[in-house]
Amino acid sequence: MAAPESSAAAVPTLYTNNALRNAFGGVLAFFILLLIGVMAFSIRLFSVIKYESVIHEFDPYFNYRVTQFLAKNGIYEFWNWFDDRTWYPLGRVIGGTVYPGLTLTAGTIWWLLNSLNIPLSVETVCVFTAPIFSAFASWATYLLTKEVKGTGAGLTAAALLAMVPSYISRSVAGSYDNEAVAIFALIFTFYLYIKTLNTGSLFYATLNSIAYFYMVCSWGGYTFIINLIPMHVLLCIVTGRFSSRLYIAYAPLVVLGTLLAALVPVVGFNAVMTSEHFASFLVFIILHVVAFVYYIKGILTPKMFKVAVTLVVSVGLAVCCAVIAVLVALVASSPTKGWSGRSLSLLDPTYASKYIPIIASVSEHQPPTWPSYFMDINVLAFLVPAGIIACFSPLSDASSFVVLYIATSVYFSGVMVRLMLVFAPAACITSGIALSQAFDVFTRSIKFQLPGIASNTEVDAAETSSSTAEAQNDVEKSEETSKNRPSKKSKKKEKEEKPLPKAKAEKKRLLALPLDSSVISLLLLILLGALYVVHCVWAAAEAYSAPSIVLTSRSHDGLHVFDDFREAYAWLRHNTDVDDKVASWWDYGYQTTAMANRTVIVDNNTWNNTHIATVGTAMSSPEKAAWEIFHSLDVKYVLVVFGGLVGYPSDDINKFLWMVRIGGGVFPHIKEPDYLRDGQYRIDSQATPTMLNCLMYKLSYYRFVETDGKAFDRVRQTEIGKKYFKLTHFEEVFTTHHWMVRIYKLKPPKNRIRGKTKKPKTKTSTTSSRAKRSGTGKKNPWH
Amino acid sequence: MGRASSKEDAGALFHSLRSAYAATPLNLKIIDLYVGFSIFTALIQVVYMAIVGSFPFNSFLSGVLSCVGTAVLAVCLRIQVNKENKEFKDLPPERAFADFVLCNLVLHLVIMNFLG
Repeated sequence: MAAPESSAAAVPTLYTNNALRNAFGGVLAFFILLLIGVMAFSIRLFSVIKYESVIHEFDPYFNYRVTQFLAKNGIYEFWNWFDDRTWYPLGRVIGGTVYPGLTLTAGTIWWLLNSLNIPLSVETVCVFTAPIFSAFASWATYLLTKEVKGTGAGLTAAALLAMVPSYISRSVAGSYDNEAVAIFALIFTFYLYIKTLNTGSLFYATLNSIAYFYMVCSWGGYTFIINLIPMHVLLCIVTGRFSSRLYIAYAPLVVLGTLLAALVPVVGFNAVMTSEHFASFLVFIILHVVAFVYYIKGILTPKMFKVAVTLVVSVGLAVCCAVIAVLVALVASSPTKGWSGRSLSLLDPTYASKYIPIIASVSEHQPPTWPSYFMDINVLAFLVPAGIIACFSPLSDASSFVVLYIATSVYFSGVMVRLMLVFAPAACITSGIALSQAFDVFTRSIKFQLPGIASNTEVDAAETSSSTAEAQNDVEKSEETSKNRPSKKSKKKEKEEKPLPKAKAEKKRLLALPLDSSVISLLLLILLGALYVVHCVWAAAEAYSAPSIVLTSRSHDGLHVFDDFREAYAWLRHNTDVDDKVASWWDYGYQTTAMANRTVIVDNNTWNNTHIATVGTAMSSPEKAAWEIFHSLDVKYVLVVFGGLVGYPSDDINKFLWMVRIGGGVFPHIKEPDYLRDGQYRIDSQATPTMLNCLMYKLSYYRFVETDGKAFDRVRQTEIGKKYFKLTHFEEVFTTHHWMVRIYKLKPPKNRIRGKTKKPKTKTSTTSSRAKRSGTGKKNPWH
Repeated sequence: MGRASSKEDAGALFHSLRSAYAATPLNLKIIDLYVGFSIFTALIQVVYMAIVGSFPFNSFLSGVLSCVGTAVLAVCLRIQVNKENKEFKDLPPERAFADFVLCNLVLHLVIMNFLG
């Protein structure tokens, strides 16, 4: 017969057509991914093109210095390195206090390239590590979203992540910081967890633990993973989605992950003793109890099971209460209930401002403003809710994980601006799902309504065959999960399956939107994507590419470049002794040790509040007291950043309030109201005498009046209060071209003391001869 | 009266548990025996730590976690090899065992490193 023959002939061509289509789709997806990686790499190169290939900001300089040390001395020296060039006289154990992932990664890349005879310098490798890993991160996003929803959603999510400004801001070329590598590790760990959850394979569970180990090595934010995954497991148990795949996904991760986390020296025993990890152990125990209950239920009859339940509940409840009482007593005995300061400030946003002013003073730890959401994730801000709804339309374990991830990351991003970075991948995944579903609906509507019946029937046959395949999969899935679920659901599915294919095809035709509106909607979606791309490129080029160690400004006579920081560090490097100590506010510590190669007193690690308070007190005290403090610390040079001549707003006078607050927190003789006039810090004629006499004021404005005669401070927009004064205990040794960095030297103590002698009598005879020579003329500045 | 019936119930429960467990295949029983052995070893280590003190804490941690780890991995193997488990019916048991060996290798590598 003609009809069966044609249908018989049609089936193999359909099959080969499908296979060809799949193969073509696979190759297309591969090339799209390659292009996404190239785009992710190139959009981050604006700073290299506009300025130069230089390391940005403050923290990356420390990582760069550590990588230099690693490249020069090898890994054993690196693990055992005790750094005596910072936090003088305390020093810092680098091996035990740094997250080694980033430096080891860059060091390995450098070593590999050099052994292949590609002689890239350590600085080049450090500058370009972040863009390379952002390409990897977008590929990891593709893999993760493919596990949740399919290839189309995966490609969309990867394209969105490659460009999202929030991630660009922390991973431009030159921003050599932990997040550059950690975000890739985060997404990759989540991908492996979802893959294990979907397949139940122990191999992926092992890979998951290793990826988690890489994340622990890279960033302190690993606690997010070790709390989110237990939360998800608990959610699955509570919503009745417990399965053996869940056990395989979670239990090996906890054991192996805890061990691997304890291997990293920074974490050490914190992996088992701090509250950040207790959630994982608690859920581990709960999971085992639930698994045991399901097992017993499986092998007993229902009547016996009821008996077992009553027996266990009566006995187990008493044991449980005892254990919980012990645990609560243990946790309550520590003042912070076992949480670290940084974690507590996440849970209670007001904690840091009340108790730890240093954490509160870091600008990245402030809550974000609403415009920063739109700036950082742009169009994704309103695609995310659509994506959340799309995650619910078939709710699977993986999509429930995505919903949980985005809910928790939105909360934490609202507490701290820095955590917008953790929110960005979640936003990209959900937006990718939403966009891909929308495209799906519109293109399907167009396909159904295109002219041509042959294409329609072929499409119908393909749709029905695919829908029967889907129905078969549904039946299988329902069989697998029916073992542990109430039997009602599986019965319902079996009833639905038979009328499913026909109903689906008809429903699809009914659901097709009108042709013109779907075409217009498609065009509008593409326009939305185009606007997103335009915004991302603008944000990358204008907002996030500044290296902040070199500043530029445009005026009517061209481009001005302010390279004062490097000028000052180079001066320090060439004009001081190797062992001279430099004191400055902690912001500049890393840069000073890396670029000027001099010992500093405090740096950006801010681990010792008292030491920072000492420096803050010195900056807030009058000259003599400050000299005493600095002299006791063996300081030779003091470095001050001053932006009043050029209008640079992040100078030390603007940071002065933190010096007073932190210093006053430890040394009670520094009282903040002494420096305030009407509740404000002022440096003009209305300033308090304490303010006008403090070291920071004097070192910033010494000889400032000589620049324009009126001493007009361009940042504070006033003339300063005290214009003509001399320094008694310090002498100015260097001021950079735009007066942005000023370096002062401590004057050595005088050899003789006129008046009250504090030294023993034997010394006065030797100094009395000198007193005759220099006693006349000049007034003694020391008394 | 209530007490006697609960005692009877407990006895009946125990009996039915025993008979149901006797019906499991031999390879699963061997795996269960291994799990029991490693948990028992972990308990011995915890009791020893309670008596003697936990001074090289990393050794204690690696010892206990290696026992718990092999127990967990053996349970995962049991899940994957169990013929009644519909989710894993197309997973050959050799593959499951190979995964088990690989995971144990990684676990013991970490343990050896952490043992100090």
